[in-house]
Amino acid sequence: MAMIDEPLYPIAVLIDELKNEDIQLRLNSIRRLSTIARALGEERTRKELIPFLSENNDDDDEVLLAMAEELGVFIPYVGGVQYANVLLPPLETLCTVEETCVREKAVESLCRIGAQMMEQDLVESFIPLVKRLAAGEWFTARVSSCGLFHIAYPSAPEALKTELRAIYSQLCQDDMPMVRRSAATNLGNFAATVEAPHLKVDIMSMFDDLTQDDQDSVRLLAVEGCAALGKLLEPQDCAAHILPVIVNFSQDKSWRVRYMVANQLYELCEAVGPEPTRSDLVPAYVRLLRDNEAEVRIAAAGKVTKFCRILNPELAIQHILPCVKELSTDSSQHVRSALASVIMGMAPVLGKDATIEQLLPIFLSLLKDEFPDVRLNIISKLDQVNQVIGIDLLSQSLLPAIVELAEDRHWRVRLAIIEYIPLLASQLGVGFFDDKLGALCMQWLKDKVYSIRDAAANNVKRLAEEFGPDWAMQHIVPQVLDMINNPHYLHRMTILHSISLLAPVMGSDITCSKLLPVVINASKDRVPNIKFNVAKVLQSLIPIVDQSVVEKKIRPCLVELSEDPDVDVRFFASQALESSNQVMMS
Amino acid sequence: MNNGGAEAAVAPVGGPQPLEWKFSQVFGERTAGEEIQDVDIISAIEFNRTGDHLATGDRGGRVVLFERTDTLDHVGQRRDLEKMDYPINRHPLFRYKTEFQSHEPEFDYLKSLEIEEKINKIRWCQSAYGALSLLSTNDKTIKFWKVQEKQVKKVCDLNVDSTKAMGNGPIVGSSISTSSKQYMANGGCTSNDFSLPNGGLPSLRLPMVTTLETKLMARCRRIYSHAHDYHINSISNNSDGETFISADDLRINLWNLEISNQSFNIVDVKPANMEDLTEVITSAEFHPIHCNMLAYSSSKGSIRLVDMRQSALCDIHIKLFEEQEAPGSRSFFTDIIASISDIKFAKDGRHILSRDYLTLKLWDINMDSGPVATFQVHEYLRPKLCDLYENDSIFDKFECCLSGDGLRVATGSYSNLFRVFGCSEGSKEATTLEANKNPMRRQGLTASRPSRSLGSPSGVVRRGKGADNSAVDANGNTFDFTTKLLHLAWHPTENSIACAASNSLYMYYA
Repeated sequence: MAMIDEPLYPIAVLIDELKNEDIQLRLNSIRRLSTIARALGEERTRKELIPFLSENNDDDDEVLLAMAEELGVFIPYVGGVQYANVLLPPLETLCTVEETCVREKAVESLCRIGAQMMEQDLVESFIPLVKRLAAGEWFTARVSSCGLFHIAYPSAPEALKTELRAIYSQLCQDDMPMVRRSAATNLGNFAATVEAPHLKVDIMSMFDDLTQDDQDSVRLLAVEGCAALGKLLEPQDCAAHILPVIVNFSQDKSWRVRYMVANQLYELCEAVGPEPTRSDLVPAYVRLLRDNEAEVRIAAAGKVTKFCRILNPELAIQHILPCVKELSTDSSQHVRSALASVIMGMAPVLGKDATIEQLLPIFLSLLKDEFPDVRLNIISKLDQVNQVIGIDLLSQSLLPAIVELAEDRHWRVRLAIIEYIPLLASQLGVGFFDDKLGALCMQWLKDKVYSIRDAAANNVKRLAEEFGPDWAMQHIVPQVLDMINNPHYLHRMTILHSISLLAPVMGSDITCSKLLPVVINASKDRVPNIKFNVAKVLQSLIPIVDQSVVEKKIRPCLVELSEDPDVDVRFFASQALESSNQVMMS
Repeated sequence: MNNGGAEAAVAPVGGPQPLEWKFSQVFGERTAGEEIQDVDIISAIEFNRTGDHLATGDRGGRVVLFERTDTLDHVGQRRDLEKMDYPINRHPLFRYKTEFQSHEPEFDYLKSLEIEEKINKIRWCQSAYGALSLLSTNDKTIKFWKVQEKQVKKVCDLNVDSTKAMGNGPIVGSSISTSSKQYMANGGCTSNDFSLPNGGLPSLRLPMVTTLETKLMARCRRIYSHAHDYHINSISNNSDGETFISADDLRINLWNLEISNQSFNIVDVKPANMEDLTEVITSAEFHPIHCNMLAYSSSKGSIRLVDMRQSALCDIHIKLFEEQEAPGSRSFFTDIIASISDIKFAKDGRHILSRDYLTLKLWDINMDSGPVATFQVHEYLRPKLCDLYENDSIFDKFECCLSGDGLRVATGSYSNLFRVFGCSEGSKEATTLEANKNPMRRQGLTASRPSRSLGSPSGVVRRGKGADNSAVDANGNTFDFTTKLLHLAWHPTENSIACAASNSLYMYYA
């Protein structure tokens, strides 16, 4: 046994633990592989450590995953780019394991290394590796190979390039759907490296194969390929080759494929350009909006605004708006909800007149929807429509909707509407707010669910920020302070919480004159929970108010609390006192 | 060949020759008088896609794997066999490979429900790199298992002298990890603060690893749970290699193999009011080729084919297969015996085989007016339905299987019997076998009666044993309710059947 010097001991242990029985220790060692490599030096890393790792690759997946990740950044430790090829063998093995995440990480690391390798090394070692994987016996190797072509291809000599294209074409027709899926996923990356003439011939024929695959899961991925390939092709080629495929996909017999088209619609439009979009994709999109599968309509409805932005307003009004009207009364609440979340954005696209004439009735009907999510989604995007037509036209319908949501029996709905109140307040203005919503905000402070009371306290603070201290002094503070006499101690606690939030917004004067006395008073509460919360609030007030106020009012109160019979009250009081001491010292 | 020859003479020209079944192997054979432990009773059998492996599950939650040996290393053996002047019989031979505990008994505290560990179904997944992977399920939880060879290694030549460390360490054996943890705790220093010399430190070395042996390790990769309110009756892999379904009495869920925390409900037959419930799902299977099609059977004797392409929720079937009942034949038992206990797609995806209590039915998915063939499995039980109802046997769930070439079908019966029928055009093959070392003992019976008899083996066999639970009907047929052969599987490429007679796994070939 070698005697190890004391300072080397940690590294020695780290090395030994590469083979420990405890997986956590092995993981730890693998994560610090760079430390081990530096201790061994570049040459021994190449000659001993890397072969050692290659041989010991039947470890648990977690360890293999970590190893795949570490090896991706290992070039500096093996002596730089000229030695990068020594890293390929262990990663090649990891590309064939069964666990998907390990393979994906190994491919990612190989790409990272390949991107730095010198051209000659790529030809001599990287490309053969890709070919070996692509011809692998197990489908896992072939799946991994698909993700490496875009690194291998650019530096290959002409003959090899032809071969690589042929191999990829084989992979697109592999027996295993997993391999075809991987080929479909990576086709865009690979295509980006292929020269234009081959792109039009070889790549397009592979793409055609994939678009006609029997497996839905492969065709799904080919939809994404449309967008990627469309960007690489000349506009006229794109119109000739990609556009028909998209139109076909939009009528695919599998709803999942149509769903993908609906989901990817914006990217697809971008790829084919505005002119073909208007001529060919509008009918396709209209079909998707009227699809008989709700999932497809949900995806399509969510893209209404983005799609209309590409079109001119006339086309949008003529073709899309009728569908939007239908969707606003769709039988599926999720479709209506998806529509409600984006439809407000159509107002700027259509302009004032069309919005008032066409969209407003839809907004109003969605605001009356029986499903709270739909109403919430409309309210959350109110600012977008306000810029175009002003709020007045909506406010009549808005109020009942808000009130109903505010009293919804599901607390999550109430919570959601509270979060939009500051937005509503800013859009509706002080006047409207005072009349209608002020009372609601106070009501939430007394909600029976804690999360609502908590959100309500925050809401009060945000309103004070929005409308300023003067307004808050008139419309919020007195009402809030009134509630400190609520018989329920949990509600009194909410008020204390509100005070601590309001104080920084209101400033020192109001805090001293209005808020502080209420807090001091509450220190006489009979419930200990209130008393120690008083201590906490007082502590938070110390930085806001004057030193003299701390001395005269806050400290005496805290001192009294620090002698309370209840241990928690004493604890928080003394903690507050300590922090006041620190403030004084500084 | 005597029996076989006799039968061949009876069989009409055109149909393939009836197979002559021979005993191949048995695992876990009962010795006389041995008592069977309930946990040892086999509850699932499944060959993998290539037929190189076989898995069984039992009531004790264990999964046992067998591997085929005759294709593995026959090269060396063949020469020996030739020398020994034996005919080279290349029928599938299996050997025990490994076993693991897949499920444990559990208790659902929220519902006050005991969850049995019994394996209801096993399905193999496509796997790679020498690993085997399969799904196994009990009533509630599906697990994804990977079985892989692991090298058992001896590590030596460590940097830190473990013997020395042991002397210093407070606890013998754990000293290495304790000391290392200590260093890890203040271990930030190891990475950067060291000034390491450029050439590395020659005194450090990598541990030597020597492989001693390899052993199989089963690891549970994923657990798909909390998605079923009722008992899971089937699981089935999709041809896309990334999804599978699980079916319980009222719902079918769709999973991605990689994602265990969410599934999509695709079929839901639960009525708004449970009192309106008239029909439950009994079995479900994906189409072997078309990723979008699946079939499920019901307790009312119907099979529904659904197309997942049409809609996200597949409550509406594209085809319904059921047989019109003959008028006037209704009885109290009609509904009970119509319940389908198992369905299987043929390999080509064109046919579906279904098993109800008394018959096997073969359906063509292009013909929904009725089955293309019906085989009486044990028609002689029909007069006994009352007794079978009394002792609950009428609810036994027999499985069924098809041969890889789709020419024959098989299913189990009582008294450890199982039956093989030819289902090709004009075939009259109907063989009765008994799960023991002499399967064709009953063959004489079926052969003696021109095997058109889709029904009872008529001759009387006085079995020496005279088992306690057996009964003899008016025709002298014996049947034993307690020895039922529920689970069996046909090898995907060869004429070989594996079947479970309580705790024993019998294998036959032809």
